[in-house]
This record gives sequence, C-alpha cells and structure tokens, in this order.
Amino acid sequence: MMNWLPENVSTYGTDMDAVMHSIWNIVFVWFLLAEAVLFYFLIRYRKKKGQRAKYKTGNSLKEMSWVLIPAAIVLMFDLGIDFYQNPVWKKVKIDIPQDPDLVVKIEGQQFVWNMTYPGLDNKFGTIDDFKTTSQLYVPINKKVVFELSSKDVIHSFWVPNLRLKQDAVPGRVIKGWFEAVKNGTYSIGCAELCGSGHGMMRGQLHVLSDKEYQDWVYKKTPKKAKKALEAAADSQQENSHE
Amino acid sequence: MSKKQSFLTKYIFSQDHKVVGVQYMILGLLMALVGGYLAYVFRYQLAYPNQSIPGYGVLEADKYNSAVTMHGTIMVFWVAMPILLSGFGNYLLPLMVGAKDMAFPKLNMLSFWVFFVSALTLISSFFVPEGAVGGGWTTYPPLMANPGFTGVGWGAPLWILAVALEFASMLMSGINFLTTTITMRAKGMTFFRMPLFVWMANVASLIFMFSVGPLIAGALMLLADQLFAVGFFLPEKGGDPLLFQHLFWFFGHPEVYVLLLPALGIVAEIITVFSRKSIFGYKMIIYSVLVAGVLSFLVWAHHQFVSGIDPRIAAPFGLTTILISVPFAITMFAYIASLWGGQVRFSTAMLFAISMIVEFLLGGVTGILNGATASDIYMHDTYFVVAHFHYTLFPIVFLTSFAGIYFWFPKIFGRFMNETWGKIHFWITAISANFVFLPLFFVGIAGNHRRIYDPSLFEHLKDFQYLHVISTIGLFVLIGAQVPFILNFFISMFKGKKATENPWEANTLEWQAPSPPGHGNFITDPVVHRWPYDYSLENTEKDWCPQTEAI
Amino acid sequence: MSSSSILNTNPTHEVEQTTCLNVPNHRWGMWWFLGGEVAVFGGILAVFILFRLRNPEWAQEAAHTLTWVGSVNTVILLTSSLTMILAHHFVTGGGAQGLTLEQRASKGALFILLTNLLGISFVSLKIYGYTHEWHAGYTPERSLFWGFYYFMTGLHALHLIAGLVANSVVWVNLMKKRNLQRVESVGIYWHFVDLVWIYLFPLLYLEVSSGG
Ligand SMILES: [Cu+2]
Ligand SMILES: [Cu+2]
Repeated sequence: MMNWLPENVSTYGTDMDAVMHSIWNIVFVWFLLAEAVLFYFLIRYRKKKGQRAKYKTGNSLKEMSWVLIPAAIVLMFDLGIDFYQNPVWKKVKIDIPQDPDLVVKIEGQQFVWNMTYPGLDNKFGTIDDFKTTSQLYVPINKKVVFELSSKDVIHSFWVPNLRLKQDAVPGRVIKGWFEAVKNGTYSIGCAELCGSGHGMMRGQLHVLSDKEYQDWVYKKTPKKAKKALEAAADSQQENSHE
Repeated sequence: MSKKQSFLTKYIFSQDHKVVGVQYMILGLLMALVGGYLAYVFRYQLAYPNQSIPGYGVLEADKYNSAVTMHGTIMVFWVAMPILLSGFGNYLLPLMVGAKDMAFPKLNMLSFWVFFVSALTLISSFFVPEGAVGGGWTTYPPLMANPGFTGVGWGAPLWILAVALEFASMLMSGINFLTTTITMRAKGMTFFRMPLFVWMANVASLIFMFSVGPLIAGALMLLADQLFAVGFFLPEKGGDPLLFQHLFWFFGHPEVYVLLLPALGIVAEIITVFSRKSIFGYKMIIYSVLVAGVLSFLVWAHHQFVSGIDPRIAAPFGLTTILISVPFAITMFAYIASLWGGQVRFSTAMLFAISMIVEFLLGGVTGILNGATASDIYMHDTYFVVAHFHYTLFPIVFLTSFAGIYFWFPKIFGRFMNETWGKIHFWITAISANFVFLPLFFVGIAGNHRRIYDPSLFEHLKDFQYLHVISTIGLFVLIGAQVPFILNFFISMFKGKKATENPWEANTLEWQAPSPPGHGNFITDPVVHRWPYDYSLENTEKDWCPQTEAI
Repeated sequence: MSSSSILNTNPTHEVEQTTCLNVPNHRWGMWWFLGGEVAVFGGILAVFILFRLRNPEWAQEAAHTLTWVGSVNTVILLTSSLTMILAHHFVTGGGAQGLTLEQRASKGALFILLTNLLGISFVSLKIYGYTHEWHAGYTPERSLFWGFYYFMTGLHALHLIAGLVANSVVWVNLMKKRNLQRVESVGIYWHFVDLVWIYLFPLLYLEVSSGG
C-alpha cells in the first residue's frame, strides 16, 4: 500500500517512509487477523437446523483472556510503534539544524507562497535580498532551514516528495528544515483550506546542483545590489593591493 | 390519557419520547439527502473537473469549498447526532430501562424543535447572499473570522448560530438521557442489568456534555470576531488562531466517540439477538468504554501536530492517541468473540451490523498512521485522513443506522420492512461504499491533499485521476442504492407484514411492550429479574429469556 | 424509594416524581445542566487565564474597570444568594416544617421577589458600568483585555437575565401555589451564576499582577 507514496527526495524522508511502511504492515496484519476470525465465526457458526448456540458470557477472567491477551499484544505493538517513530518526529520537527547552509523565508498569502532569499551575502535585511513567488530553489545535499509565516490566514506548506508539511500561522514564525537529495522539480501545495483559491495555491520546488544554484542566485540578485557588492569587493581588493 | 389528542399534539408537538425519537430520525434522514447531494456535487467535480454537473451546473472553486464544508457539517451534526444519539436514544432508552417516558418530556419536545430550527437555520445559509460558508467544518480562524478572507457574509454567523442551537438541543437530550437512566429505571433494573445501548448512550451524553462547553465558548468568541472584529483569534489584535483549534478539537475528538458509542450499542443489541448469543464480556466492554471516554479528553492535539504547536508536546498526545486504540481493540475483539459458538441468522439488520464491524476495523487501524506523529506529518490533511474517517464514520452513521432501522422498525411501526429489498439495499450499499472510500486511501498516499477542487492541476496527481473517477462512480451507485430503502421504508410503514410484540425473540424490555407501544409504553409495569443477554441458556426450552422472566 | 413528603403535597404535579439516592429527578436534571455550564465557563476562564499570563500588562488594564461597581455588585449578588436560600428554606427546605401550603408559597414568593430585585439592581449597575467604561474609551478596540471583559461579563449577565426570567416564572407558580419544587431548581441555578461572578470579579476588576 505504501508503495503508492511519491518518490522520496529528502534525507529524513527515508526514515519517514520506513515508519509508514512498518506501521502499515503491522496494522494491516492485525486487520486481516481480526477479519479472518470474524468471517470464520460467521461461517462456522451460521444457523444450522436443530442446533443451539452455546451460553458463553465471557464474564469469567478465563474467558475474558481470549480478548484481553490479544489486546495486551496490541498494546505492546502500540508502544513499540510509538517508541520506534518518536525519534523520526524529533529529527524532522525538533532537531532543526543550527548551522544551515541556507535560510529561506517562506510566507503564505492567499493564494501564493512568497519566498525571500538572503542573496549573495547570506544575510537578510541587506540590499541583495530577493523574492520569488511560489518557486523555491534549493541546492542539492544542503541543509535548508525555512522560516514559515503567513500574511492572512492559515496555510500549510506541503511538499509531498520531501515528506514535509507544516502549517503557516499568521502571527508566528515557525522554523523547519529539509535536505533534498535528488535534482528535479517537485510539486508544492497548500494543505490547509485557506479560501476560494486554496486548490490553485501551487508552487514548485527546484532542486539544483550547487553550481546551478549559485548561478541562479547570481542571476536573481538585483542589478543595483550586484554593482554595490562588486564595488565593495573591488575597493577591498585595491585596499589589499596597497 | 383522558385528554383526547389531536393530530397536532400526537405527531407534531408531541412530548412522547417515541414520537420525538422518530421525528429526530426522519429529520436526520432528510438531512442525509442534503449531505448526500452535496457529496454528489463535489465528487462529480473531482472526477470530471469543471464540467457541468447534472442537477447543479458548473461548480466554482468557492462553491466547492462551501459544498465540502456543509457536507461535513451536515453529516456530523445533522445526520449522525440526531439519528444515532437523539433518534435511537429517545426511542429506545426509556423503553429499554422500563420507563413510561423521559424524565422531562417537555424539555424533550423542546429539544427536537430547537433542533428543527437549527436545521432550518443551516439550510437557510445556502440562500443568503454569497451563500453558505466554505471555511471547512472545523471553521478555523482567521479564515472564518473575517468575511474578507472567505468572501462569505451571512453564511458564517448563520453557521455558528445553527451549530449553537444544535448543541443546545443535544444538551437537552443528554440531560434527559442521564436523568431518565438514573431515576426512572424499572424495578429490578440495576445499572449492570441495563442493555449496552443504554450504557453507550449515557456515556456518549456525558462525553458530549463535558467536551462541548469550551467549543461553545470558542464559537461565541468566533462570532464576536466575525461580527465585531474583537480579535480573540486574530494575531494583529493580540489574539491567537491556534487557540480556536484547541477549543475545537477538545470537543472534536470526543465527538467521534459521541457518535461511535451509540452505534456500538446498536450493533451489540443486534448481533446478540441474531447470533442467539450473550454479548462477550459485558462489564469488560463497559469499563473499556469508560476508560476510552476519559482518554478521549486527552488526545485532541493529534489533529494539530503540524499546526504550529510546540513540537515537544506532540509526543505525549501521540502516545495517548495510540493508547486509546486499546480499549477499542478490546471492544471490537469482544464483539467478534460474541459470535463464537452462536447460531448466526443473516437478517438484513444482522448483515448491516456485521458490515459495520467489517468496515469499521479498517477505519480503526488506519487511524494509527495518523496518530503516530512522524507518519502524520505526511498523512495529515491528505485524502488518507479522509478515507480513514469515512471508514469509521460511514459504518457508524449509515451502516449502523440502517441496521437499527431494519431491526426496530417492527417495534416502531408494528410492521416489518421487506427483507428481500432490504438485502438488495444491503449488498449494494456495503459493496459500493468500498468503491467510494478505498481509492481515497491510495490518492491520499500518493500525496493528494484535502479540499482542493481539481487535483489534476497538480503535476504529482495527474496520474491518479482515475481513482477519483472510481470513487465518484461508486458514489453514484451508493446513492442509487438508497432508493429501494426509501421506498421500502414508506411502503412498509403502511403495507408491511404485521409484527407481533417480540418478533425477533429478543430479551430487552422494549420487546415486552406492544408493537407499536402506546402512550406510557408498557401495559403492566415491567419488573426486571435478569440481565439482557440470556440467550440460549442451558436447560430451557426457548433460546431466549426476557429480562422480565423470573429466575 | 421515598421521595420527600413535602414534594408530594404538590397538588398539580405533572411529571412523575422519581428519585435515585433520594435525589429527585429535577435536581439530577439541574446538576447535569450545570455540569455542561461548568464546561462552558471553565473553558472561557482557562482561555482568559492563559492570555492573562502571556500579557502581564493586562494588570494595568484591569485597573480601569470600575472597581466600585464590581465590588457593590459582588455584595448585591451575595445578598441575592442569601434571599434565594431563604426562599428555598421556607418552601421546601428546613423552614417549611409546620407551615401550610399557603404560608410556604407566599414566603417563597416574597424572597424570590427580593432576589429578583437584587438581580435587577445588579444588571442596572452593570449597564451603568459598561456605558461609563465604553465612553471613557475602554472599548475592545483598545486591547483584547476589553474584548474578554465585555465577553465574559456579558455572557454572565445574559445568564443572570435568564435566571431573572426563570425566577419570575417560579414566582407566578408560587402565587398560584403550584410547582413548589421548582424553587430548588432556580435556586441551584442562581447560586451557580453567583459562583461564576466570584471567579470573574478578581480576574477582571482587581489589579493583580501575574506574579514574578
Ligand atoms: Cu490553502
Ligand atoms: Cu481525534
């Protein structure tokens, strides 16, 4: 069943897929067992002429154990699942890298995603910052941290191939991260109903090689900013020559 | 009664719990037609995007949102609640405990008419300018708090008003159920001699009563935000949008059990009668349900794992959520074990009751993938969730209600429903439902998120359009299958085979009253000598033993 | 089970009087109703306290509510609870022993009337407070504290007004010497509304810093 998942392209996606596969396998076996017993009883104990049902109340502890022991095993599986999957949650949502290679600001707005890049100097609030609309470009194999916010209503940043989903809530800045491991272009959606255009709130994630990404950033950097930066660099060079 | 009753006081403004119960059921079934029609409209759009829908026209994106919102709202609050809890509860509870009526008959009548007004209010919101609200049945602010965000004016406050009235009506019912059960039981009807349905209806009422309060508060605050822009949930005014989600889900999750428990009660009564077997582990089931009821107040944030709450509080809520599967595993296993050693008769009622268990099991186990925090990151707000809760709610609401209707129809109207047509209704309904909901698991896993009106717009979903087509065709069949039911229902009411007072040879007290029971229910006050599940006792001639029979 | 003999003397008893644990069903009903109400106000109070902890500056806002109105109203409500207790005392409580039906009903009616007069003064004073505060510029526009203030006290006032209506119905009943047991029901409700105020008063009127 979990083979229907779209291709995974993130580091932690591998862990999440493993979690989903194993949970599914466990619960599906339980489901089949319960159904098998149910159908067996239905066939085995269908009405037959001249036969009488047994008087069995299941009120003694001995009889109850027929239910309680399987339920106790369910409990053990439950706890097993919980302990097994908790580290993955922690990895995705709590352990956000302290030393990211790139930080992007993502803002939801009816019905687009506004991405703000720090530009060449990797710092926000400087003259070389630039924006894109609903197109997220990231370098491959790099830790990307995003700061998610919303301008109006609640949206949810959703990239199926990254196994990533996080609500964008007005009034809050929520941090998250991912690391893409495969070049390509992938769908971005909004997974929280946000108004009439919710279904059209689409975007794309472009995973580029390091070089392609640097070229793209250079191309996107505003001309004025480029000039200023180059001038600064030149003067620095001149200074060092003297 | 010495007073002669007019048609008006007997069937319309009646204080008789049986009439009130039937009124709730019929209004609930009518609302199901509205909810079903909306499902038809948006499923048609999903399968065949932007084509003109027969019987509607072209569905615009914002109307799509209204359709899914109102479908959810109607099915939960105006179909499931009135049929399962108020309908069957009102009809059966006094009969099953051996009372002449509810403790507060006037309050009971009032509760129905408040409910009636709430239904009118909700329906009227379709016809106000800009139409019904499209903010999702969860009505999250800020989307729902500001008309500017949805483009809907009056629809939003009308929605809140309707829901508030519906809550008031259900609270009145709950007060009646609890009080009646406590003070009006027949002589000898101890708590542990009550049928499981009575237990379930009471626990459901309790859960509802203590979970709905904070949401009533939240709804009033949302109304204040909508009408006066006060800002309880608006960040620019110092409010907090996530607060509403907490208030909503503090109610929303327990609400699932408010619906599930009466359904489990109905199924218990039916499977015991038609397998001629005692329920397996009566007290074990009751204690499990009580534990689940308490736990249900501690799981709400599992709807909010990725909503922006502190990720560190997700783990405890994930744990409680996964743990709540244990009492329900006990209950489901006990139901299956009840068939062990029985003599199963496949009447229409029994078929529906069994199909409820068969299909609910899939809904139950898939919940684990949403309850586990890590997998929920992916599954949250996808069609996987939609499929999961339809596999719980469809069996709870529809399969169970049908089971109950086929089963108690002879008691309610004194006549049987036609079994042949009943079985035709059953097989088409039970099978086509899987065609509707199974494909949704697959599109969900493939990454189809919820409430988007044209999935084919997304590159990663283009290949899965055929699954939406299968689901929609399944829905056509499912809706078509209800025609024989509706005809059967009304024709049998007048022309069905006459029923004796205990046609299924059942033990519970309602079968000791005439069919249909008159005003005051019982001809002689019943005295209870035993629990309700003495089927196939050893050394007795008949294989049932009414609760009134002395030991 | 024995339902109290006082209740059975009621000449026009419509509902069959049943009890469990010696508690008659109308009392059970009222308790369940208040159980639901506790959840409503519990939710609101919890939400307010959360916001209050997040916004220490609201302590200053609370200084701008008319504290004397709140204090006088607290006294009024407490007194009205006392008159309500007396009404119940003479109608179906300990003081009813040895009184005739007429005496019980007329004494009950008197104290219900007193309760309502106190209730009406509470509402009047509240309206005076609202207008004063509103005109002084303390509207919900100013800060969310005022949103909560009007919302919480408003909801409480609506409950109190509902209580006034219920009391009036019971007063009419008493004048006709009917449904004497209803005094107890409205009494329980009245005390509940009073109790809610006891929580609202310090939270909204007193300038308590949130500690630390
Ligand atoms: Cu959206
Ligand atoms: Cu839940």
